[in-house]
Amino acid sequence: MIDIKITKTSLDINKIYQSTRTNQSGCTNLFVGTVRDNNLGRDVKYLDFETYEKMALKEMQKIAETAQAKWKVINITVHHREGKVEVGEVAVIVAVSARHRDHAINATHYIIDTLKFTVPIWKKEVFDGGEEWVSAHP
Amino acid sequence: MAKVLFFGITKDLTKTSTENIEIPNDKTSVSELKDILLQQYPELSKVPDLMIAINTNYAKDDDVARSGDEIAIIPPTNGG
Repeated sequence: MIDIKITKTSLDINKIYQSTRTNQSGCTNLFVGTVRDNNLGRDVKYLDFETYEKMALKEMQKIAETAQAKWKVINITVHHREGKVEVGEVAVIVAVSARHRDHAINATHYIIDTLKFTVPIWKKEVFDGGEEWVSAHP
Repeated sequence: MAKVLFFGITKDLTKTSTENIEIPNDKTSVSELKDILLQQYPELSKVPDLMIAINTNYAKDDDVARSGDEIAIIPPTNGG
Protein backbone atom coordinates (compact mmCIF):
# COMPACT_ATOMS: atom_id res chain seq x y z
CA MET A 1 0.00 0.00 0.00
CA ILE A 2 1.16 3.49 -0.85
CA ASP A 3 -0.36 6.39 1.10
CA ILE A 4 0.52 9.90 -0.11
CA LYS A 5 -0.86 13.11 1.35
CA ILE A 6 -0.33 16.86 1.55
CA THR A 7 -2.10 18.46 4.50
CA LYS A 8 -2.54 21.74 6.30
CA THR A 9 -3.06 20.00 9.65
CA SER A 10 -0.44 18.55 11.97
CA LEU A 11 0.99 15.10 11.35
CA ASP A 12 0.41 12.36 13.90
CA ILE A 13 3.51 10.16 14.14
CA ASN A 14 1.76 7.33 15.96
CA LYS A 15 -1.19 7.24 13.57
CA ILE A 16 1.18 7.05 10.59
CA TYR A 17 3.24 4.36 12.30
CA GLN A 18 0.08 2.32 12.99
CA SER A 19 -1.26 2.62 9.45
CA THR A 20 2.09 1.66 7.93
CA ARG A 21 3.08 -1.28 10.14
CA THR A 22 1.70 -4.78 9.52
CA ASN A 23 2.02 -8.12 11.27
CA GLN A 24 4.16 -9.27 8.35
CA SER A 25 6.71 -6.47 8.89
CA GLY A 26 9.78 -7.06 10.95
CA CYS A 27 10.30 -3.31 11.15
CA THR A 28 8.82 0.04 10.33
CA ASN A 29 11.28 2.83 9.61
CA LEU A 30 10.16 6.41 10.18
CA PHE A 31 11.83 9.58 8.97
CA VAL A 32 10.37 12.59 10.75
CA GLY A 33 11.44 15.98 9.39
CA THR A 34 10.94 18.84 11.85
CA VAL A 35 11.38 22.61 11.75
CA ARG A 36 14.55 23.69 13.53
CA ASP A 37 14.91 27.04 15.24
CA ASN A 38 18.04 28.16 13.43
CA ASN A 39 19.35 28.23 9.88
CA LEU A 40 22.59 29.83 8.67
CA GLY A 41 22.91 31.63 11.99
CA ARG A 42 19.44 33.15 11.88
CA ASP A 43 16.65 32.53 14.37
CA VAL A 44 13.81 30.91 12.45
CA LYS A 45 10.27 31.84 13.54
CA TYR A 46 8.43 29.39 11.30
CA LEU A 47 8.45 27.86 7.80
CA ASP A 48 5.81 28.43 5.19
CA PHE A 49 5.46 25.56 2.68
CA GLU A 50 3.98 26.16 -0.73
CA THR A 51 3.06 23.24 -3.00
CA TYR A 52 1.89 22.68 -6.55
CA GLU A 53 -0.42 20.15 -5.04
CA LYS A 54 -1.59 18.01 -7.93
CA MET A 55 1.91 17.67 -9.38
CA ALA A 56 3.49 17.18 -5.94
CA LEU A 57 1.13 14.28 -5.17
CA LYS A 58 1.95 12.72 -8.53
CA GLU A 59 5.72 13.06 -8.01
CA MET A 60 5.47 11.66 -4.45
CA GLN A 61 3.52 8.69 -5.80
CA LYS A 62 6.18 8.10 -8.48
CA ILE A 63 8.97 8.12 -5.88
CA ALA A 64 7.09 5.66 -3.68
CA GLU A 65 6.45 3.37 -6.66
CA THR A 66 10.13 3.44 -7.60
CA ALA A 67 11.07 2.57 -4.02
CA GLN A 68 8.55 -0.27 -4.04
CA ALA A 69 10.10 -1.67 -7.22
CA LYS A 70 13.66 -1.31 -5.91
CA TRP A 71 13.30 -2.72 -2.39
CA LYS A 72 11.17 -5.40 -0.74
CA VAL A 73 8.85 -3.17 1.24
CA ILE A 74 5.29 -3.69 2.44
CA ASN A 75 3.73 -0.25 3.01
CA ILE A 76 4.94 3.26 2.24
CA THR A 77 3.46 6.43 3.74
CA VAL A 78 4.60 9.91 2.72
CA HIS A 79 2.76 12.85 4.31
CA HIS A 80 3.90 16.45 3.88
CA ARG A 81 2.66 19.65 5.47
CA GLU A 82 1.59 22.73 3.58
CA GLY A 83 1.33 26.31 4.85
CA LYS A 84 2.74 27.58 8.13
CA VAL A 85 4.71 25.06 10.21
CA GLU A 86 6.08 26.23 13.55
CA VAL A 87 9.51 25.50 15.05
CA GLY A 88 9.51 21.98 16.52
CA GLU A 89 6.53 20.87 14.46
CA VAL A 90 6.68 17.97 12.02
CA ALA A 91 6.93 19.03 8.36
CA VAL A 92 7.21 15.61 6.73
CA ILE A 93 6.96 11.94 7.62
CA VAL A 94 8.19 9.04 5.49
CA ALA A 95 7.27 5.65 6.94
CA VAL A 96 8.23 2.33 5.37
CA SER A 97 7.47 -1.15 6.64
CA ALA A 98 9.30 -4.25 5.45
CA ARG A 99 10.12 -7.77 6.50
CA HIS A 100 13.75 -6.77 6.92
CA ARG A 101 15.31 -3.54 8.10
CA ASP A 102 17.82 -2.87 5.31
CA HIS A 103 14.98 -2.65 2.76
CA ALA A 104 12.94 -0.28 4.93
CA ILE A 105 15.94 1.92 5.78
CA ASN A 106 17.25 2.15 2.20
CA ALA A 107 13.80 2.88 0.79
CA THR A 108 13.19 5.61 3.36
CA HIS A 109 16.56 7.21 2.59
CA TYR A 110 15.85 7.16 -1.14
CA ILE A 111 12.35 8.61 -0.72
CA ILE A 112 13.28 11.59 1.46
CA ASP A 113 16.37 12.46 -0.62
CA THR A 114 14.49 12.29 -3.91
CA LEU A 115 11.49 14.17 -2.54
CA LYS A 116 13.63 17.23 -1.87
CA PHE A 117 14.77 17.44 -5.49
CA THR A 118 11.79 16.44 -7.60
CA VAL A 119 8.58 17.20 -5.69
CA PRO A 120 7.28 20.74 -6.32
CA ILE A 121 7.26 21.93 -2.72
CA TRP A 122 9.00 25.12 -1.63
CA LYS A 123 9.75 26.46 1.82
CA LYS A 124 9.94 30.03 2.86
CA GLU A 125 11.87 30.69 6.03
CA VAL A 126 10.46 33.44 8.20
CA PHE A 127 12.92 34.92 10.66
CA ASP A 128 13.21 38.07 12.74
CA GLY A 129 13.43 40.93 10.30
CA GLY A 130 12.51 39.13 7.09
CA GLU A 131 11.71 36.11 5.06
CA GLU A 132 13.45 34.14 2.33
CA TRP A 133 12.80 31.22 0.01
CA VAL A 134 15.27 28.53 0.92
CA SER A 135 17.17 27.14 -2.04
CA ALA A 136 17.54 23.42 -2.50
CA HIS A 137 20.56 21.80 -0.93
CA PRO A 138 21.56 18.19 -0.24
CA MET B 1 -3.56 30.91 -24.80
CA ALA B 2 -2.02 28.85 -22.04
CA LYS B 3 -2.29 29.23 -18.29
CA VAL B 4 1.02 29.84 -16.55
CA LEU B 5 1.42 29.19 -12.81
CA PHE B 6 4.23 30.74 -10.78
CA PHE B 7 5.48 29.20 -7.53
CA GLY B 8 7.87 29.99 -4.70
CA ILE B 9 10.44 32.66 -5.44
CA THR B 10 9.15 33.16 -9.01
CA LYS B 11 5.74 34.15 -7.64
CA ASP B 12 7.33 36.79 -5.40
CA LEU B 13 9.68 38.13 -8.08
CA THR B 14 6.99 38.51 -10.72
CA LYS B 15 4.25 39.42 -8.21
CA THR B 16 2.09 37.05 -10.24
CA SER B 17 0.64 33.67 -9.37
CA THR B 18 -1.34 32.96 -12.55
CA GLU B 19 -1.13 34.48 -15.99
CA ASN B 20 -2.54 33.64 -19.40
CA ILE B 21 0.02 33.87 -22.17
CA GLU B 22 -0.36 33.79 -25.91
CA ILE B 23 1.23 30.74 -27.52
CA PRO B 24 2.43 31.73 -31.01
CA ASN B 25 0.91 29.39 -33.66
CA ASP B 26 -0.75 27.46 -30.82
CA LYS B 27 2.42 25.51 -30.11
CA THR B 28 5.90 26.33 -28.94
CA SER B 29 8.94 24.53 -27.59
CA VAL B 30 9.81 24.84 -23.93
CA SER B 31 12.99 26.76 -24.73
CA GLU B 32 10.98 29.29 -26.80
CA LEU B 33 8.48 29.48 -23.98
CA LYS B 34 11.29 30.27 -21.53
CA ASP B 35 12.42 33.12 -23.82
CA ILE B 36 8.87 34.52 -23.96
CA LEU B 37 8.58 34.38 -20.17
CA LEU B 38 12.01 35.94 -19.61
CA GLN B 39 11.11 38.77 -21.95
CA GLN B 40 7.88 39.39 -20.10
CA TYR B 41 9.42 38.87 -16.66
CA PRO B 42 13.18 39.71 -16.85
CA GLU B 43 13.41 39.23 -13.06
CA LEU B 44 13.08 35.46 -13.63
CA SER B 45 16.69 35.43 -14.88
CA LYS B 46 17.75 35.80 -11.22
CA VAL B 47 16.59 32.26 -10.52
CA PRO B 48 19.04 29.53 -11.56
CA ASP B 49 17.81 26.14 -12.81
CA LEU B 50 14.22 27.04 -13.54
CA MET B 51 12.20 24.02 -14.64
CA ILE B 52 8.99 24.01 -16.62
CA ALA B 53 6.15 21.57 -16.15
CA ILE B 54 3.44 21.05 -18.75
CA ASN B 55 0.18 19.59 -17.45
CA THR B 56 2.00 18.52 -14.22
CA ASN B 57 4.87 16.73 -16.00
CA TYR B 58 8.44 18.03 -16.02
CA ALA B 59 9.26 19.16 -19.55
CA LYS B 60 12.55 19.22 -21.45
CA ASP B 61 13.64 22.15 -23.63
CA ASP B 62 12.52 20.48 -26.84
CA ASP B 63 9.10 19.41 -25.53
CA VAL B 64 6.15 21.30 -26.93
CA ALA B 65 3.58 23.42 -25.11
CA ARG B 66 0.22 23.90 -26.78
CA SER B 67 -2.66 26.28 -26.42
CA GLY B 68 -4.81 25.21 -23.47
CA ASP B 69 -1.94 23.59 -21.55
CA GLU B 70 -1.26 24.31 -17.91
CA ILE B 71 2.33 25.48 -17.68
CA ALA B 72 4.08 25.75 -14.32
CA ILE B 73 7.30 27.58 -13.54
CA ILE B 74 9.20 25.39 -11.09
CA PRO B 75 12.10 27.03 -9.21
CA PRO B 76 14.48 24.65 -7.36
CA THR B 77 12.35 22.60 -4.98
CA ASN B 78 13.15 21.91 -1.35
CA GLY B 79 10.42 20.17 0.53
CA GLY B 80 11.12 17.97 3.53
